[in-house]
Amino acid sequence: MPLVRSGKVVEDRFVRVADGEPVPEQGPVIVSADRFLADADEFAQRQDAVGVIWPNNRSVAELEPHLTRLALIALVFPAYKDGRAYSQARVLRERYGFRGELRATGQVLRDQFLFLIRAGFDAFEVAKPADAAAFEEAARRYSVFFQPTGDGRMTVARVRTGRASRTAPVRSERVSA
Amino acid sequence: MYLYDDFDRTLLAERVAEFRGQVARRLTGELNEDEFKSLRLMNGVYLQLHAYMLRIAIPYGTLASDQMRKLAHVARRYDRGYGHFTTRQNIQFNWIKLAELPDAMADLADSRLHGMQTSGNCVRNITTDQWAAVAPDEIEDPRVWAELLRQHLTLHPEFSFLPRKFKIAVSAASHDRAAIAIHDLSLRLYRNGAGEVGFEVGVGGGLGRTPFLAKIIKPFLAKRDLLSYVEAVLRLYNQYGRRDNIYKARIKILVHELGAERFGREVEAEWRSIKDGALALDPAVIAEIAARFRYPDYERLADSPPALVAARKADARFATWVHNAVANHKVPGYAIVTLSLKPVGKPPGDCTADQMDAIADITDRYSFGEIRVGHEQNLVLPHVPQRDLPEVFRALDAIGVATPNVGLVSDIIACPGLDYCSLANARAIPVAQEISQRFRDLDVARGLGRLHVNISGCINACGHHHVGHIGILGVEKNGEEFYQITIGGRADEKAQLGALIGPAVPYDDVADVVEDIAQAYLELRQQSDELFIDTVKRVGVEPFKERVYATR
Repeated sequence: MPLVRSGKVVEDRFVRVADGEPVPEQGPVIVSADRFLADADEFAQRQDAVGVIWPNNRSVAELEPHLTRLALIALVFPAYKDGRAYSQARVLRERYGFRGELRATGQVLRDQFLFLIRAGFDAFEVAKPADAAAFEEAARRYSVFFQPTGDGRMTVARVRTGRASRTAPVRSERVSA
Repeated sequence: MYLYDDFDRTLLAERVAEFRGQVARRLTGELNEDEFKSLRLMNGVYLQLHAYMLRIAIPYGTLASDQMRKLAHVARRYDRGYGHFTTRQNIQFNWIKLAELPDAMADLADSRLHGMQTSGNCVRNITTDQWAAVAPDEIEDPRVWAELLRQHLTLHPEFSFLPRKFKIAVSAASHDRAAIAIHDLSLRLYRNGAGEVGFEVGVGGGLGRTPFLAKIIKPFLAKRDLLSYVEAVLRLYNQYGRRDNIYKARIKILVHELGAERFGREVEAEWRSIKDGALALDPAVIAEIAARFRYPDYERLADSPPALVAARKADARFATWVHNAVANHKVPGYAIVTLSLKPVGKPPGDCTADQMDAIADITDRYSFGEIRVGHEQNLVLPHVPQRDLPEVFRALDAIGVATPNVGLVSDIIACPGLDYCSLANARAIPVAQEISQRFRDLDVARGLGRLHVNISGCINACGHHHVGHIGILGVEKNGEEFYQITIGGRADEKAQLGALIGPAVPYDDVADVVEDIAQAYLELRQQSDELFIDTVKRVGVEPFKERVYATR
């Protein structure tokens, strides 16, 4: 399954380690949510990058204490019409300020690319090679955006009202009640 | 009327280009039908019994005359010369070929029309009062808020793949003409005790196999917080709405399972974390949207001009029509005119291309080029000078849209049913046709007063049968069509689900049962101005049940 980053098909430097298999001494790895949480302290000591694959029915709030030590979070689309991971992605980026790689996995089609980018994903395990090749085109499909999200794109409302462009991503902060 | 700008036009052009590509991928097999399904649905394309169906949004029910002419063009060029107005301020074309769909959409986009998000598991066309900005009982134009929401929720990156569809309705008048209580999210604009105008927010309304009325979770929401609050509701729904069972996937089930109070608390917590972020509405943004709604340059006219008074005296048919189809306008000397798309014996909500063109011409001449579409599947000319009513009547009568049955027993809401729909278990349109034939005598219909008959051909309830004063639901038993009858439902500000009167009856008996119910009402009502719905409330279901089943 091709991996797209920065608009190009690239080699995946991470190795996905199944539960029960030994974690290799060296090199970037991706482990399951259960395994990561069970051995979080151990993974924190690891020199090389650690990523976690996080199911779409589990709150990403559980990951909050670990975010600075995670190089990658892979969120899952079991079917492309199951959109739960879009919310997880926005919460990770916009509320918790996660800066590592946010990877979309599962049934990822070209028709989702722009939604995924806007929700904060920056890496895509694409189901079909033809879709991976069409990434750039699909990512430029629209030039008009209504919602302020973490990708920082200028919204129509701001252009219309002539407000200054925001270059930094729009962050929605948690405020005390 | 809302003025589109370059952003709106660019977005539609980009959408058409994307859909053209998706259709091409489907035709070459690069996309399988399952993959294509969600994509086409998000553009309003269904696969029905006989062909693809295209559903076009009429945001908040407002159409310009050039848009109506474009609908007529699509009906002629790509369909069979007619379209069908639905209960959600949409129009459907039932006979469009897949390969021609992108061209039809491109033609529509030229007139600022589209099918985006009219189906699929996303936020649907946002609906409101068809009398917006002209009703005397309104506090402000609800379409401004519907438009703000429409923009924010168009191609929303987080909420385009929800567990199930999500319908929003807005009302800003004391009389609810938008049936907001049967929507996933209901917004009622009102003035609170402190004199501020804001929203009462309800969630979890919806019909289908488990009907619920929306429950209020936020008694007062300030205008600046509208987008952030809706975002919070949708974020919870997207994450926690059920995806294991299509029949339990609507937000009403989540709200029901959690309890409205707990759901409201969860929304509140999520909302507090985002309310002061980028979604807090800047007054300049609201003002910019509001400024693009243009209102007619009304003349200073007096109510009840002599020409109208004389015509009412001289022409009984005209007088009857005025009494039935013409309502008070907030501006003196003007009137709101409802066009009945329920001629006796015809499918409710259907409109031919010739009628569409004629209506466009009539509104250009008499109603500032504007047309409205209401959830009862009728059209409205929103700004007709009262002095012109006689001419308008003649013009409308000539094209068959002046049947004076608005709000009466033959003004039936019906889904397409088994004649078109792949989900239906039973026919709906022929039932409506038969009932309207039985009550074709307008004196009889008028004698019954306001009486809404709603018919659905299956449990999905597109004909809103639960909230009909008389509700009729088609079911299938051993390969035969049967119909369950409910009474006492209503969809207005006193919304209520109807109660079943007894066992389902066969197809051939439905119109007889409606006649029995009508007869029972005439005998039970206390005085001639007690409405059917009020009689049912007073006496309950039992007397009607006895009457209907005594001889069955």
